[in-house]
Amino acid sequence: MTTVRRRWFDTVIGIVLTGIMLFPVYWMVNVSLTKTNAMRQDPPSLFPFDPTFEGYQAVLSQQLPYLGTSLVIGLGTVILTVALSAPAAFALAKLRIPGGGALSFVLLVAQMIPGIIMAMGFYAIYLNLGILNTIPGLILADSTIAVPFGVLIFTAFMSGIPNELLNAARIDGAGHWRTFRSIVLPVSRNSIVTVSLFAFLWSWSDFLFASTLDGGGKLQPITMGIYRYIGNNNQEWNAIMATAVVASIPAAVLLIVAQRYVAAGVTAGAVKD
Amino acid sequence: MTATETRSGSAVHGNGRGAAGTQPAASAAAAGPRRRRLKGHWAGWAFAAPVVIYLLVFYAYPLYRNLELSFRDYTVRSFIDGSAPFVGFDNYVKVITDATFTPALMNTAIFTVVSIVFQYSFGLALAVFFFRRFPLSGTLRALFLVPWLLPLLVSASTWSWMLNSDSGVVNAFLGAIGIDQINWLTSPQWSLVAVLLANIWIGIPFNLVILYSGLQGIPEEVYEAASIDGANAWQKFWRITFPLLRPVSAITILLGLVYTLKVFDIIWIMTKGGPGSSSTTFAIWSYRLGFGSALPDLSPAAAVGNLLIVIALIFGFVYIRAQRRLDPS
Repeated sequence: MTTVRRRWFDTVIGIVLTGIMLFPVYWMVNVSLTKTNAMRQDPPSLFPFDPTFEGYQAVLSQQLPYLGTSLVIGLGTVILTVALSAPAAFALAKLRIPGGGALSFVLLVAQMIPGIIMAMGFYAIYLNLGILNTIPGLILADSTIAVPFGVLIFTAFMSGIPNELLNAARIDGAGHWRTFRSIVLPVSRNSIVTVSLFAFLWSWSDFLFASTLDGGGKLQPITMGIYRYIGNNNQEWNAIMATAVVASIPAAVLLIVAQRYVAAGVTAGAVKD
Repeated sequence: MTATETRSGSAVHGNGRGAAGTQPAASAAAAGPRRRRLKGHWAGWAFAAPVVIYLLVFYAYPLYRNLELSFRDYTVRSFIDGSAPFVGFDNYVKVITDATFTPALMNTAIFTVVSIVFQYSFGLALAVFFFRRFPLSGTLRALFLVPWLLPLLVSASTWSWMLNSDSGVVNAFLGAIGIDQINWLTSPQWSLVAVLLANIWIGIPFNLVILYSGLQGIPEEVYEAASIDGANAWQKFWRITFPLLRPVSAITILLGLVYTLKVFDIIWIMTKGGPGSSSTTFAIWSYRLGFGSALPDLSPAAAVGNLLIVIALIFGFVYIRAQRRLDPS
């Protein structure tokens, strides 16, 4: 009886801690529903008793192109990341290529390079090539965040595929490519989901590459949409926060739909299980 | 894992060659499989080639361009007419003797160390707490991931408004308990604290998840034995959990170091490194030099960036060594 009560007491503490941790998220939603004239009220209202949707109307009328651009860039990054990292991981995990150790090491180091340095290098290159302010340019840059991670996740997963399965395919006359396409890829479905989710989320959230490589583009991602709102010294914080809420939807969907993949991704990047 | 596999593979090769010296007959027999293996290697590299080319074009080349930028005197004009005189270490000298250098170095150090100390302590305390597996603990632990998944720009702008001097909810709360208004984002003595608050909040979930998975690796029997010996919860934590978690802790902290050195979005959105240089770190300084004004100063910006990369890679190599020790398979 006492242990049961203690466990529920833990739950209460847990709920309180989660509440404190998520307060900024609640506040974002609260401000997004606050009327402009109540924005400077002191003290601020803790609950949107008199909600307004003018912020969300502003999002609908002004931010849709930004959201669409982000969606295109996100999907492009996912496709590029999976297409590059899955075959490489197959080679590393199952084909035992010489120099594979060195390649894994380079990928690990690549993850540690600060984004600002990559951005500067890309800027110089894109300026020469004339692909500044273009969507393909941004997709390429965004994929550099996800490709090393993708190879590491896929390699860890594919190492666990039993060799017997691949040998059976070989006996049946399948080449490496056929084995990869018809056996390895379908079996690796879960890790494809994990890598795709993170690749999408990272490119969706990217601000550094967007602001350096697409600062003057016609089509800009949603992070630039929010940044412009703030930068214009905009006092309509309900519209800014409404955009922020909308920009958070992919993260929320991810957490609800694919919670176990998320935890797997966080952990796999750091500690092997 | 893959690294060791390849290494042991080449060790087999080495042995075969050594044996061939003394027994010529064996080398002829080994030649067949070796040739087949070589053919297999080619197929293997065909799978890896796209990533190798990708790494060369999109990592090595930008890094090279960045080095080149830092040793030449580039201006926007250089990109048009191609004139960029080689100036050796001039940009580095210029950067190190700049008035911003010392505050930026100090801010980078303070920002990194304080972030990690708090993220790790809160992360560990929460991991231990959630490990008690009470009703709803899984759901609540998942909700804790939200700050980490939100776009940094979203978190940073939310914190900006929460910390607003006149209308922010934080000052309203502090006012209610009798503390005077704090100019979080606009006073030099508080701006670094403000960006630290936001960054610690964002980093806690990551620490929680990794340390929680570390706790799962500690065998239950150790705790049972300690209970039989009459150890209380406090003793169990300091005598068992903390020491046995050390390898995972080392990884968490080193990864935290590498990630925190990179932090850009949060600081840029909240304070732009200001007021003055009071919250300027190397990453912010580099960005401000390169992209912060209408007239970009790319060469010194690249020099600052390269100093940052040296620091990040030092910790990065320590991390890789620590991880190899943890996972010697």
